Amino acid sequence: MELEQLRQQALAQLEAVADETALSSWNSQYLGKNGLLTQALKRIAQLPPQERPSYGQQVNALKEALLAAFERKKSELHQQEIARSLAAEALDVTLPGRPVLRGRLHPATQVMRDILAIFAELGFQVYRSREVEDDLTNFELLNMPPHHPARDLWDTFHTTVPGVLLRTHTSPGQIHVMRQYCPRPIRVVLPGMCYRYEQITARSEIQFQQVEGLAIGESISLADLIGTLSTFAKRFFGGDRRIRIRNSYFPFTEPSIEVDVDCILCQGENAAGPSATATLPVSSCTLCKGTGWLEILGAGMVHPVVLRHGGYDPERFQGFAFGLGPQRMAMLKYGIHDIRLFWSNARHFLEQF
Amino acid sequence: MKVPLRWLKEYVDLPWSVAELAERLTLAGLEVTGFRAVGVPPPTGLRLKSEFVSPVWDEEKVVIAEVLEVRKHPDADRLHLVDLNYGTGCLTVVTGATNLKPGDRGLKVVLARVGAVLIDGHSPERALRPLKPAKIRGVLSEGMVCSALELGIADEHEGILILDPDAPVGMPLAEYLGDIVLELDVLPSMARCLSMLGVAREVAALSEQPVRYPPTEVLFGPQEAATQVHISIEDANLCSRYAAMVIDSVRVAPSPTWLQLRLLLAGMRPINNIVDITNYVLLEWGQPLHAFDYEKLRDRAHGHVPHIIVRRARPGESLTTLDGQQRPLHGEHLVIADTAGPIALAGVMGGLETEVGPETQKVLLESANFDPVTIRRTARHFDLPSEASLRFSRGVHPDLVEPAARRAVEWMRQLAQGTVARGLVDVYAARPSEQRVHLSLAYVHRMVGYAIPRDDILRILRGLEFTVDEAGEDTWLVTVPRHRLDVQHGPADLVEEIVRIYGYHRIPPTLPREPLPDYQTPRDGQIEERIRDILVTLGCQEVITYSLTSIERERPFVGEGADYVRLLNPIHPERSVLRRSLLASVLAIAAQHLRDSPRLRLFELGYVYLPRAGEKFPDERRHLALVLCGPRLAEFWEGASSPPQDFFDLKGLLEGLFEALHLGQASQGNARVAWQPTNVTWLHPRRAAALVLRPLQSHTTTKGIASSSSDTSLLIGYAGQLHPQLHDTYELGRREVYVAQLDLEALWPHLPERFTCRAVASFPPVRQDLAVLVDESIVAERVREEIFAAGRPLLREVHLFDVYRGPNIPEGKKSLAWSLTFQAEDRTLTDKEISKLVQKIVDRLEKSLAAQLRAP
Repeated sequence: MELEQLRQQALAQLEAVADETALSSWNSQYLGKNGLLTQALKRIAQLPPQERPSYGQQVNALKEALLAAFERKKSELHQQEIARSLAAEALDVTLPGRPVLRGRLHPATQVMRDILAIFAELGFQVYRSREVEDDLTNFELLNMPPHHPARDLWDTFHTTVPGVLLRTHTSPGQIHVMRQYCPRPIRVVLPGMCYRYEQITARSEIQFQQVEGLAIGESISLADLIGTLSTFAKRFFGGDRRIRIRNSYFPFTEPSIEVDVDCILCQGENAAGPSATATLPVSSCTLCKGTGWLEILGAGMVHPVVLRHGGYDPERFQGFAFGLGPQRMAMLKYGIHDIRLFWSNARHFLEQF
Repeated sequence: MKVPLRWLKEYVDLPWSVAELAERLTLAGLEVTGFRAVGVPPPTGLRLKSEFVSPVWDEEKVVIAEVLEVRKHPDADRLHLVDLNYGTGCLTVVTGATNLKPGDRGLKVVLARVGAVLIDGHSPERALRPLKPAKIRGVLSEGMVCSALELGIADEHEGILILDPDAPVGMPLAEYLGDIVLELDVLPSMARCLSMLGVAREVAALSEQPVRYPPTEVLFGPQEAATQVHISIEDANLCSRYAAMVIDSVRVAPSPTWLQLRLLLAGMRPINNIVDITNYVLLEWGQPLHAFDYEKLRDRAHGHVPHIIVRRARPGESLTTLDGQQRPLHGEHLVIADTAGPIALAGVMGGLETEVGPETQKVLLESANFDPVTIRRTARHFDLPSEASLRFSRGVHPDLVEPAARRAVEWMRQLAQGTVARGLVDVYAARPSEQRVHLSLAYVHRMVGYAIPRDDILRILRGLEFTVDEAGEDTWLVTVPRHRLDVQHGPADLVEEIVRIYGYHRIPPTLPREPLPDYQTPRDGQIEERIRDILVTLGCQEVITYSLTSIERERPFVGEGADYVRLLNPIHPERSVLRRSLLASVLAIAAQHLRDSPRLRLFELGYVYLPRAGEKFPDERRHLALVLCGPRLAEFWEGASSPPQDFFDLKGLLEGLFEALHLGQASQGNARVAWQPTNVTWLHPRRAAALVLRPLQSHTTTKGIASSSSDTSLLIGYAGQLHPQLHDTYELGRREVYVAQLDLEALWPHLPERFTCRAVASFPPVRQDLAVLVDESIVAERVREEIFAAGRPLLREVHLFDVYRGPNIPEGKKSLAWSLTFQAEDRTLTDKEISKLVQKIVDRLEKSLAAQLRAP
């Protein structure tokens, strides 16, 4: 067979190859040990010596060409194979992902941590004290002797042991911490559960968490209290919050203050105002009821009587205390309208946090 | 406390808008919580909601008119025609009012002309409606005469509102009566502000102007009071002062309209002029008063001079109070009595018998001061909160007795035509001493943390009627005014007065500059939070349940006869004790979640309360409860549903927790948790484990589990399948539920305070598998311990990868396949070393557990 004829035949057959198997037999038919090209090369011996170099070159050129064509074909087939398998592996990317089973902290825990973290940055350490208290620590040592009218502010669960009750606030912890650390300076927060004898409604619960704060030293001042609480309000509720301080009353602080933050929903803008026709002002904000302010906590300078009960000489030491309700803070921050959701642990409530 | 501003203005000018007044009072401690607009639009900028529906009285259409004539309606018996002069014109309206009759003339009434918006007296929801012209039985009415209800002043009406004779005809009613009433929340420390004068003093101090006190001069008649009443106080601790005045020849009648309206706006109901005056003065001064019918007292004394005795009630006594209730009394109650017995509940409510009524001619006026605690208790006991008991129980200064009495009798003289007997019959048994407080500028500055100027301090204190005398350089002796009882604790009380008037917003905020204290947040609190975090990463949902529960609910977990912290006054039997177990509460939540979701992993980390014999307080211990139920994996569209969670999910979870706490790892801490088969009533008897803390060196001992419950072991909790018998109790359905309960307080002393990070080995580990046949009765943990004991220290890890029973395994035996990892820190282990170690392990298992090596 003429070399040119061989070339044409080989390339034509290669063109027709459609899969790896056919390619492999084409390869042995032409380029194999006993392939047509080898046979063509062997014919060199039958040629006159002067034609041999030229013939050899032609055969080698043909071999190069066929090898190159083979590689091209091989690569082409491989590409086709990949394309085929990609097409077969198609999937619907809009199908839902495989669910991850995520655990969650209770929202009360999350908010408690947020609060404690802010105070930790301000140097307040955590201190815990008992929930079952006595009348002495819950009331008397906090400047509320028996029959003090301010006791009406705290409806109390009493136990069957005389004088033993469920703490109505975290404030008795102030006495414990002072008696433990006196006369060292104090800067603590006291988180924990408190109990009140109340009906359970959307706004009130028989148990709720509180965070008490206490700072005592020789120069801890009202200005420090205001700065601390203002810092807290901004960090908890977000950057531009303003606070408003009202004078208030707690038996264990003097002066006593109540702290409001400007409404996080309406920014204090949609406050109720007079309208032209209606005689009732239209209050558009559901959170602040149009007042523009949200009450967030009570505080004050530790009462000299309480300082003395804690072992500190009010002539030399002074300090501030504050108390805030994480449930209330969470309700304000997340727009929760029913306090009962917390201990109901309703799944759809928990899973939003 | 309701404060009509028109009334307040009698005592002090109001230099601010209503909104600004409300804001200033609120910041100073008198919180304005609401308001009521009477006939005028709500004040601009006042960010409060009004709870009252009130029409705005149009200046042109709601005006004062004079009745010219009242005529009968030609076609209706119950209707009248009223001819009115309203200043700029005359008009006839039809009315059905019962208090206008033919012949009446000259009365001042309120005319509403067509277009005026009023409350529709016939609509139950008190709708506001514009007035339309109406033909009533053929007569055109172009307006109406209004009742107090229609005007939005009162909640009820008896006929139309008749104004006082001096009401100027033609004046818009809004100008004559329009008012804003502020609702104040008065704190216990501000009890002095339960009076118009108290509020006026606040406004005066805030706006730096004086208070206009009302006159207390009395025009006396010829008789002496002292000969007409005797007074005795039996216990000066309960009644520091009792004073009486006598007014003769009174004419009991309705009060003038202005007085009635003031009481109405202040929240009190007008009764008659005598009672109204006592209430008016109570509201003005904050001093409760009571009027007795003098003749009835004299009758009780059989014609003798009445003798008022302030004393405790005696056993068996009772009193019928003004509300008609007969009330049995006991020794806790303070009564006003005469020689015949109790006539009033002191400071709470008067008696019915001696009440002032239409026939009363002579009045004995009581102005007294009673012990707050006693009044508070009595008012509570009888559930009789009153304006009087509210004030007495918060504390009233007894010096107010005299001006209040004088003010009242003078009104009685003027408005009820009475004759006042000369003098105040006064027993002042315990006059409080004058309060003096030393105050220094330095103290104020140190407490506030800001240098409020000296002059401001002095001006504020004097503005609040404190007397300030110099007592040295920048120190003062401050005398408390004789209307205040709240300054009890020295200079701190004065700092509050200074700051609240000065304004908290004017104090530049700072942060504490003192060095931080050196103590540390206790470790248990940190571990507690770490445990929560670990459980969350292990896919658990935290719940927090009530600490208050019922014994019944917990009985399956706590058993019979356990001691509880019990409430004396539970709100509900379901919340009557403090819990001893978390599981009962968490299972209740689990049941609730399982209703709409098949899978759960819940945990609660919280306190239980265990009473201790002979101790006042219970042991408050933190426990951990875990509840698992339902499929291991969440539902997915790929098909094949996941198998349910089982004991080993629970165990894996707990093992993960312990590992993350570095509990029981070689070279860390001193104890590890062992799982022992156990039997507790609330767990499946064959799927229950006691979790026991054991000293870590037990790895190297040959002691098996059976003998390990020695002194050094500590039970920390239980884990297993909830006993199926409890499923109905907790409404859990039929799915298997796995639970665990741990006492964390027992755990944390054993948690390593710190762990040391081991070097990362640079020589390769060698893994070798080993399957052994052992008797069914031998627990896997036992085998693991033996392997460890024989293979240490080059044996690093032992991992069970297969448990097999079945063909090729003799009855009563099981095959346990272990993967052993050997590693040395200083060399690559040779095959020879490994085979030697494995042989050692096999020998030991054969010897101690009669185990057989299973052919690979």
